[in-house]
Amino acid sequence: MEEVKLMKGNEAIAHAAIRYGVDGYFGYPITPQSEVLETLEELMPWETTGMVVLQAESELAAINMVYGGAASGKAVMTSSSSPGVSLKQEGISYIAASELPALIVNVMRGGPGLGTIQPSQADYFQACKGGGHGDYHLIVLAPATVQEMADFVGLGFDLAFKYRNPAMILADGIVGQMMEKVVLPPFRPRRTAEEIAKQCPWAVTGKGGRGHRNIVTSLEMESPAMEQNNLRFQRTYAEIEANEVRYQEYYTEDAEYLIVAFGSVARICLKAIEDARAVGMKVGLLRPITLWPFPSKALDELSKRIKGALVVELNAGQMIEDVKLSVNCRVPVYHFGRMGGMIPNPTEVLDALRADFNI
Amino acid sequence: MKPEEIIKPENKIYSRPRLLDDRNTHYCPGCSHGVVHRIIAELIDEMGLEDKAIGVAPVGCAVFAYNYIDVDWVEAAHGRAPAVATALSRLNPGHLVFSYQGDGDLSAIGTAETIHAANRGENIAIIFINNGIYGMTGGQMAPTTLLGMKTATTPYGRRADLNGYPLRISELLERLDGTCYITRQAVHTAAAVRKTKAAIRKAFENSVAGRGTSVVEIVSTCNSGWKMTPAQSNEWMAEHMFERYPLGDLKNI
Repeated sequence: MEEVKLMKGNEAIAHAAIRYGVDGYFGYPITPQSEVLETLEELMPWETTGMVVLQAESELAAINMVYGGAASGKAVMTSSSSPGVSLKQEGISYIAASELPALIVNVMRGGPGLGTIQPSQADYFQACKGGGHGDYHLIVLAPATVQEMADFVGLGFDLAFKYRNPAMILADGIVGQMMEKVVLPPFRPRRTAEEIAKQCPWAVTGKGGRGHRNIVTSLEMESPAMEQNNLRFQRTYAEIEANEVRYQEYYTEDAEYLIVAFGSVARICLKAIEDARAVGMKVGLLRPITLWPFPSKALDELSKRIKGALVVELNAGQMIEDVKLSVNCRVPVYHFGRMGGMIPNPTEVLDALRADFNI
Repeated sequence: MKPEEIIKPENKIYSRPRLLDDRNTHYCPGCSHGVVHRIIAELIDEMGLEDKAIGVAPVGCAVFAYNYIDVDWVEAAHGRAPAVATALSRLNPGHLVFSYQGDGDLSAIGTAETIHAANRGENIAIIFINNGIYGMTGGQMAPTTLLGMKTATTPYGRRADLNGYPLRISELLERLDGTCYITRQAVHTAAAVRKTKAAIRKAFENSVAGRGTSVVEIVSTCNSGWKMTPAQSNEWMAEHMFERYPLGDLKNI
């Protein structure tokens, strides 16, 4: 029988991590994501699955613990919120450059600077366009429900290990804090040392049984070799772009206008679209689930049969750049955003759509 | 006796350690790193820890330590080795996890990670090379640089009013409940090398036995950064560095 629970998105991440068989979580308190660490400490998984849970002295230390754990082939993760995720960028770049699997959760709050503790989506650029130094990509998943908060832990790790590339759950503070029904994933055991050795022959676990040393490093002083490393990264990214794009369409079959939104904002837009349909406006929604890789092809196709698109975000206009690139100037693309922790209601979204397209 | 009669395996009393790679290093002639690398390679072999050893390399001159000592390695970001080692140790119980760090890495940019890993009593051994200067980047001031010492960023000598005082990080770590063994050694004489080897052996034993954090500070020379010959560097170190950084055990539980 399905086990239905009522909990916050942040709590769902903690439960899902234990159930997935995560080996280690390293975190630091910051609103609005502290419930991840708090829930893990309360559940004491070290007594059951053997999962390590550690409150680090800083976000810097936490992401470098993730780097160390990932280097030994373990399934390790961290979570934070926007200012804390900024601190993690150096480590994220190292993890990506060392081709290590790991999961990073960002429950976004309003910025820039210390900003506010209220919800935001203003870290889209940081998550999808690099964030840290160098040419790299994270696999970025955008949950819209507490259910997806739980489900994307497993999905994030599966993709991270498949491609040896860090994945990020880019959630907004709404989905982190709100309570919803959730069906938690089943328990699965943590991988054994033998399974890790088989899955991750590159892992640093001591030479035992292997006969040769493993080295995890992002350093390469020879430029031709470093370029080859970069070309290898780019091949991985191309493979991810070809295979792992995820999105959902709503009411797009006959849509004349398209709203593009991710995370919990997509749910506000869905309500706006239902209101629009009630008065005869043919509006559809595309919700990217993977922000990187971005559903460019789907948008390209849709743009051939719509009159225009409105991108709704909790920021000043970030994802709109990818939407514009995807539709290739075929139709006008407008933006409606709220900032600083403000959340639009469906009426505001609909009003923006009417005003932009004069309908 | 002919040389061929003498050069036989059974007569061999000194050689390259099995776990020290047979290749040129990038270290300057006279630098202390080579001696410390040799000690680590010898000890891991002697203690039978080859299959369970994981080293964490720093950013600094020892960044390529993983190219010289034949065990598993992770290359950490600047200063973050104790955080990396924390996770490796917690997730791989029963392994020997050690970091190898310089004074810029450990006592400047990585001070927080060092203090908190030690305060948690992580079962790691920290090998700390203190030569009072940033070697890799060309001889800039480190927190450990002595007052009056000339570096690329203190060309007229370090001044307390501008640059603060030489940081004695081992004295800070000695106060923390999580540490079990804090010692300061050197490798400028044969006797000092033997003492350092005994100290690192103890640190490795502590880590494997789960007794907490051990730190072996090795007061070292940087003859190119100090702009001296190797011999002058050893003399200058004994004359000046040991006064600020006295050798011996600070804590041994």
